[in-house]
Order: sequence, then structure tokens, then C-alpha cells
Amino acid sequence: MVGIKSYGTYIPWYRIDRMVIYGAMGWLNPVGLLPGEKAVASYDEDSLTIAVNAAMDCLNGIDRNTIDGVYFASVSLPYKVRQNAAIIATALDLRPDIRTADFTSCTKAGTTALVAACDAIKAGSAKKILVCASDCRPTRAGSSQEQAYGDAAAAILVGEDDVIAELQEVHSLSYDFADRWMADFDRFDRTSEDRWIRDEAYTKFISEVILGLAKKHSLSPKDISKLALPSLYAREDAGIGKRLGLEPGQIQHHLLDAVGHCGTAHPLVLLAAALEDSNPEDNIVVTSWGSGGDALLFRATGKVGDLRDKKKGVKKALASKNMLTNYAKYTSFRNVGSVALGMRAETGVPWDQKPLSWRNRKSLLGLVGSRCKKCGTPQFPAQRVCVNPSCKAIDQMEEYRFSDKKGQLFTYTEDYLGFTLNPPALYGMIDFEGGGRFNFEVTDCEPGSLKVGMPVEMSFRRKFVDEKRGTYFYFWKVTPARE
Amino acid sequence: MGSIKDKVAIVGMGCTKFGERWDAGPEDLMVEAFTECIDDAGIQPKDIQAAWVGTQFTEVNQGVSGLPLAQALKLPFIPVTHVENMCASGSEALRGACYGVASGVYDIALAVGVEKLKDVGYGGLPEMALGAAGKYDSLVSPNMTAPGMFAMMATRYFARYGLSPEEGKLMLAKVSSKSHHNGTLSEKAHLRREAPVEVIVKAPIVAWPLGLYDCCGVSDGSAAAIVVRADMAKNFRPDPVYIKALQIAASSGEEMMYTDYDYTHVETTTRAAAKAYEEAGIKNARAEISMAEVHDCFSITEAVTMEDLQFSPRGKVKEDIDAGRFNLDGEQPIQTDGGLKCFGHPIGASGLRMMYEEYKQLQGKCGPRQVKNPKFGLTHNLGGFPPRCVISTFIVGL
Repeated sequence: MVGIKSYGTYIPWYRIDRMVIYGAMGWLNPVGLLPGEKAVASYDEDSLTIAVNAAMDCLNGIDRNTIDGVYFASVSLPYKVRQNAAIIATALDLRPDIRTADFTSCTKAGTTALVAACDAIKAGSAKKILVCASDCRPTRAGSSQEQAYGDAAAAILVGEDDVIAELQEVHSLSYDFADRWMADFDRFDRTSEDRWIRDEAYTKFISEVILGLAKKHSLSPKDISKLALPSLYAREDAGIGKRLGLEPGQIQHHLLDAVGHCGTAHPLVLLAAALEDSNPEDNIVVTSWGSGGDALLFRATGKVGDLRDKKKGVKKALASKNMLTNYAKYTSFRNVGSVALGMRAETGVPWDQKPLSWRNRKSLLGLVGSRCKKCGTPQFPAQRVCVNPSCKAIDQMEEYRFSDKKGQLFTYTEDYLGFTLNPPALYGMIDFEGGGRFNFEVTDCEPGSLKVGMPVEMSFRRKFVDEKRGTYFYFWKVTPARE
Repeated sequence: MGSIKDKVAIVGMGCTKFGERWDAGPEDLMVEAFTECIDDAGIQPKDIQAAWVGTQFTEVNQGVSGLPLAQALKLPFIPVTHVENMCASGSEALRGACYGVASGVYDIALAVGVEKLKDVGYGGLPEMALGAAGKYDSLVSPNMTAPGMFAMMATRYFARYGLSPEEGKLMLAKVSSKSHHNGTLSEKAHLRREAPVEVIVKAPIVAWPLGLYDCCGVSDGSAAAIVVRADMAKNFRPDPVYIKALQIAASSGEEMMYTDYDYTHVETTTRAAAKAYEEAGIKNARAEISMAEVHDCFSITEAVTMEDLQFSPRGKVKEDIDAGRFNLDGEQPIQTDGGLKCFGHPIGASGLRMMYEEYKQLQGKCGPRQVKNPKFGLTHNLGGFPPRCVISTFIVGL
């Protein structure tokens, strides 16, 4: 059965007490103090180096020539182009005829890489795959991220035979929820309001993914030995456990007070910590967060204790440390960015307001409107009260997708006044086949070519870029129908 | 349902010079209109018991709430309410004053409309993101401009009635040319030059098929009115102007999202006008309305509005335009002061600026542009764009 053959972690030697950060930057962010300390990669470390060191811990005693792939997950990849996993594989002196890949862009990527590795083994295309997850996320001085984020790496070797824990079940969710984001031109990630993240998504998604996993596997909460939660908010994790009917002892400690939140590595570090303390037959559930979430159920085998003495693991790594007492030294090591002024410092009206975009994601990204179940009228945007003047039924709507409907140009203009990168702005009202009308930009055509009644089709486009807030906004436009 | 007819009267009005008022902020404009207004009514600021102020783009103006008006005019701790209903905001302020007085709670109320558009640093109206559209609408709609939104009505009108672009543009040019002529006779107007039809049709395109002269100006300005109970109006002056009808209508959304709407008329105007005529007891608007200031933000808007107000039969406005019906010397003069075309459109001020013209015309004070023996004057505002708009219509008379 597919499962974990080995694990390793790397927690940098340097730590900083959050009070040191607060002492330096609390004047700017007086409510931002979190308890405990966090791990800090040294001036000569980054997410790639600490991943290699975690892999070294994981591969201790394992023949490198038997490894068929390296999957590397991180949201702080040193290279955007030049594969980071290939650098890790070379540093580990692995065979060249292996499969390597980087997994990135959300903190869920660590568990996603782990699931992908298990799937490859199940499919028979590899015998052993090394999964590394690591993050050293740069932060701004005085930001909430500076308090929360820590640097750490984990490595998990996945294989088929003699595993220490078998993968029993996986459940995944994908939601385009922008709790944090970084555009391609950004150096630091940006976060939305914590209350919105916590109440509208975090607690909901994590419960949903765990309950989905439990349902698939007919798993009762009391059968979980250790539940590793994504630890975005320490206090919420206790609440999630309680709502699921778990005892506090069933929740794996979050390490936020000792390491900090280490991004893609976090679920894998907690998995390694759980494996260190597990007994045969223990059920370990690991969850992750970011653009949805993953939940994985492992069952420890009789071999789970065999590796303990061969690993540095989490406990020993935590014990080995050197406290940074000088904030300036910390910022110099980590290349901390300019002062975090916060969203209130960004003047002007933001185009894309994250809660609004999330609430309306089906219409804004999917061009989903509604159709009245009573009279059959399609309408965009989705309405609560039917727009048909002879119907006006309330709350009788079903979802109705317009993106795959053809339409006709009902009327149009060529506008030389409004801003567009490609003047004049062409736009008009579209009547959809089957009903429904709305105004859209017309693109991929030349001025002078539009005609009332001409056939058009929908095309997904970039609508604007908000560079101040690192946001791209996408929407649908129409193009003249192409043969 | 009750009626406002003859319950309240306007006994004083003021109006600033409209234009690119680089010299004046919103406070200056409000004071300028207010001073003329109370002098005209023969009252003191302390006599005013309640006030309403209409402005749309609060972000580029004096800000929200009734405070800017109260503080600019030093009104003595009375109720002051800010209203916003797009281009009908000024008329909405007047409506507040009329209903406040009609309710019997106040005897004397003030309505002010003001808009300071020229501080944004570019021509045309401010970006819609600065207050005209909700956030969601901004995200799903094209970056539409006002001329573009109304150009789409011209596109449809030409297509429906079989007008070639040349024929259509010529019809619209006559609308603008007429208003430009009237503007030359109007001292407070922004644009005061004749614009011959042959110049208009050749002007640069702003939003096809509308060219530069099809669009009204963008300017700064303010206008104000004093409203009193009808039974006390003659204590203030011998020629008060009585409100005969006052209607507001807002689109239901069906024009925008349901496919029955033809985009060659404005449903909201049609509905508001019918109600106003009923309220005023007018049976035949073409024959009985002496003159009107309508919302000629664009030439096509005025043309279509003539049909929506029943001044011209559906699809026949071209015949009336060609016959000169709406010229100053025609049977039913429209935009006698030059309209939005020549005054420009400081949004919150326009409704009250229109009323200022009807008020002065009814009192016979318009000199070279005076209409002979007017009986009923009508004002009309269209806020938004044809399939999604707010309409205000007032009918006034002596």
C-alpha cells in the first residue's frame, strides 16, 4: 500500500522572540503581537537550502539511486524560471532520469505535492518520490505576516513497500478564495481582513474538507489519533476540533509559538511531528489551507517507531536554537521589506474588493447569472426578483451560465472618451440566444466593423490591473463570432 | 394617491453663472446662488426652516451630508438633508423642499443643487468609479462613458427607423444647433456661440455616432429655490410659480436585463411623464405644455425625450425637428436658455437650473429669449443611461 517511507524536517538554528519584533515595530502595529518565538532562516539560507537540509534528514540511510522523483512545494521559490526541484535533486545527488516538479502559489501546495506523489506511486509510474515543502516568506516590517510567519522545511519520502504510515484516504477542495495573494510583480504577499478569512472561509473550508474525508472513509472523529490543522489561527483550530467532537489531546500542537507558520511546509512539519509520537494503528489526519484545502488520512504501521533514532526530526530541531535579540540583525538576515503601512494607507478606491469578489465569484469569473424557474427568463447578473415584468417571482431562481451562450449585438458604440489601452473602446448590449441581455466590451475587432444584430461569442479576458494592490481582475468580453 | 398640484409655490430663485469656474469652490457656488435666491424671495436666511441639497459626485465636491450647505450658508441649526439621485439630484432636492412644505411641517424651505466637476483635472464627467456605479456594477460593466451609453440609443434609433448615419446625424445636429442659438441669448450659459449644422456634423466623434456637438458641456454651477405654502405665496411676490406636478420614476431593471426593451425610447421618462400629466390635469401635452427644459445631455436624448413626453408621435420627432417646432420661435420651444448643451451639466445643479429658466419665463423676465404667454413649463432630468435611469419631471405654472 502507498504510504510514507521516511520523513525529515529542518528548522533553522536562529529564533526570534516575537517581543523583540514587537519592541522594534509595536509602535506601528500595537495590536499585532503573537505569543512565543519563531524560526528565522539565517542570512545564507532560503527556502531551497532548508528544503535540501530537510531532505537530508529524510533520506538518512536510504539509497539515493532508488528515488524516482522530487516534488517541491513552496510559495517563496528562489526562482520563477529555472526549476527549483531540479536544483534540490542535483544537490541531493539523485539520478537524472527522474521526474521533478515545483508546486506553488498557495500554502496548500505542500499536501497537494504529497497527494500527487502518492497518486504517481499508485499509478505505477514511480517507486519512490521525495516530497519537499519549505518556505522562507519575506515580510514587511511591522506587518502581521512578520509576526506570524516562520521559516521551516519538511521532506516526506513516499513509496510502496515497508511504509511507516499508509495513505488511507484523501479529500480536496478548490476555492478561489483570496485570503492572501501576490501578483507576479509583487515581492511580499498581501492579506485580506482576518475576520473575513476566518469566518467566511477558514473555519468553513477546514470543517468541510475534514467532514468530506471522514464521510468517504466512514471515519468517526473518535478514531482520529492526531489531527494536524493548518494553524492559520491558533485559537480557531481549537474551536474546529471542538465542533468536530475531538478532545484537545487529539489535536496535534500547531507549533506557531515555536516555529511560526511555515507556509507550504506547515502541514508536513506537523505530520512529521505526529509521526514521531505515533503508535502502530494510529490514524493521523493532516489538513492544509490555501485556495481551498486538502485532508489526508494516514494509518501508522508497525514500523512507525523504527526511524525515530535516525532522524533529527522536529523535537531535536526545536531544541537546537540560538535566539536573535537584535531586530536589526533579523531584518538584515531576512531582507525584511519597507514598513507595512496597511491597506488604509492605499488611497483611492480599490477596484477589486476581495469579499465582494468572493461572494460574486460565480458571476465575476464564471459569468453565471440566473434563470427564473417560473417563467424561464435568463438574466444577468443573477437576480433575486425576476426581471420579467409579467413575472417578478421572488427567489425562484436557478443558476444559469452565459459564458457558453452565443449572442447578438443589440446596439453598440465606439467610444473615444473612456480609457482603454486600445482606443476607441468598443462596447454594446448583447442579447443572448435563449434570452438574457447585458452590456459587454467588444474585443478582437476593428472600429467600423460592428453592426446591429451581428453574432458574437464570449471570451475570457483580463479586465484591469490594480498595481497598487497587486490584483488582476478577469471578466468576460465578447468577440465577433469566429468561424 | 394625493397630488402636489397647487399646494406649494416657488417665490425666489437664484442661479450662478455656469462654466469652468476655476475661481470658485462648491461653497462659493452655493453662496452665489443662495444670495440671488433670497434677494429674489425677499427673505432672510433666518426665515428658512428646512433645506435640501442635491449633489452627485460627492467625492470630487464638498463631501457628503447636509453639513456643507449648512456651513457654507451658516444656516441656523435647521434640518439640512443631502440627496442624491444621479442627474435628478437637483430636482430631488426641490422635491424634498416641496413635500416638506406640502406636509404642513414647514412654511419656508430651501432647495439647492450644486456640482463642482472641473477640479478632477480632465475633461468629461468623472470616472464612474468615483461614485456613479456600485462596486459590483463597476466590475461587470464595460468602462462606459456617458456619451457611449447614449450613443447606443442613437445606434438603435437609426437602425429602427431606417436612418442612414448621415440622415441620423443631421437630425441630431439640428437639435444641438437650435440650443446653441438659444445659448447665445442666455447670459449665465457656459457656451454662448452659434453652431451651424454643417460644423456639427463634421465634428470629431466622441462615441459613435455622437460627435463633439452632440454632447453637452461639463461645467460647474449651482442653483437654488425658495419654496413656500401656496396660500402664503402672494405675500412674497405677485407672480409666484406654482408646482402643478412632480414625479420621479426609477427603472425597474427590465430595460437592462430583459429583451423587450427597444432602446429607442426611455421607458422611465414615458411613465413619469404620463403620471405628471395626470397630476397636472394635462390632456394633450403637445398642445398644452408651452415650453420645456429637458435633459439634453446628448442630442439623441433630447430627440427621444420629445417622443417620450408626447410632444412628438413615436418615431416622428424628425419631422418636428425639421419643421422647427422646438426652436425659440416654434410652436413648443425647448431649451430656451440653451439647455445642458450650453449650460453644461453640473449634475446636482441642473434640475434647479432648468426650473430657474421656467420660473423666469413664466414671470416674463427672459428678454430676447422670452416665450410668448407661457402657461405651463416642464422640466425633465434623466439620471443614468437609457435602460437604467432615474427620471424627474416637474410641471409648473402661474
